[in-house]
Amino acid sequence: MADILFTQGPDELKRAPLAPLHRRLEEVSQPAPSTIRLAERPFTTQIGLRAVPDTAAHRSLAETLGVGLPDRVGEVTGDAADVAVLWLGPDEFLVVAPPNRSELVPLLQEALGAEPGQVVDLSANRTIIELGGSSARDVLDKGVPADLHPRVFPTGTAVTTTLGPAAVLLWRAAEENWWILPRVSFAEYTAQWLLDAVREHRLAAPDGVSDAVPDAVADPAPASAPDSREEAPWPATTA
Amino acid sequence: MMLIPCPHCGPRNETEFAYGGQAHVSHPEDPHALDDAAWARYLFYRENPKGLFAERWVHSAGCRRWFNAVRNTVTYEVQSVEPIGPRPPGGRPAESTTSEGGHA
Repeated sequence: MADILFTQGPDELKRAPLAPLHRRLEEVSQPAPSTIRLAERPFTTQIGLRAVPDTAAHRSLAETLGVGLPDRVGEVTGDAADVAVLWLGPDEFLVVAPPNRSELVPLLQEALGAEPGQVVDLSANRTIIELGGSSARDVLDKGVPADLHPRVFPTGTAVTTTLGPAAVLLWRAAEENWWILPRVSFAEYTAQWLLDAVREHRLAAPDGVSDAVPDAVADPAPASAPDSREEAPWPATTA
Repeated sequence: MMLIPCPHCGPRNETEFAYGGQAHVSHPEDPHALDDAAWARYLFYRENPKGLFAERWVHSAGCRRWFNAVRNTVTYEVQSVEPIGPRPPGGRPAESTTSEGGHA
């Protein structure tokens, strides 16, 4: 098997997929404690695993991860704050870990060895949008066809489904904290969908933080914002 | 809106699925031995029953797995689902069951 070299650029060049929207996500979460919280958790380590249950590859990967692999729909093994494994299909799983855990990739590749299966670094594939607050489920119910009642969707459940028309992974990481994992190409759309969906739940906000701020006013980030896309102009030297 | 019971994910909305047509249509053993009419019959001719129909579905927005389902084309009720594979022994599902809803 050919070795694939992954080169990691300097951290200061990293850009969160939703960087241009961070300010608006923060705005709708004010004032704390708000009934709605929106935030992005970018740069998490995500690893796609494929291994058929009851094979040597499956056992080896489960053992290396230390938290096991989930064996039915919705199940998540491990801990959302550390290493967690989501069930995507009967033989397909997604490891989600903090940004600094990229050493898991070679570790798992070694564990798989020559057995049939896959270990693929998918960290850039999806970003995580965190939706919290007491109104979070009401917001999701507007666009997710899956049943989100605690009876069938308790804390610690994750499923592949759709939010509006966009395919996402939906993970109830805590009682009132939902993690939405859209593909990066759908991240901005998903965030805009959520920003629109939370509007009605912010009507009780006190004066001064009214939701009526036009988007055009709310959008431009101050020049000091380090993560603003406006900070990354075309190279000036091309002229 | 149909609620389709994916064998891996449980009941989900129809919007998460894509349709794959009639199930258990096997590829001819030797396509070169067929004349045009027989080949066209394999390619284009499908059953269109009123009642139970074995068909393929894929849970494209979920586990992304194909499976077979027996659906009543009158009531849209999905009677059973089974993993993808050859036709189960016992002939057509439509003949082995007697459910006749939707005529009331």
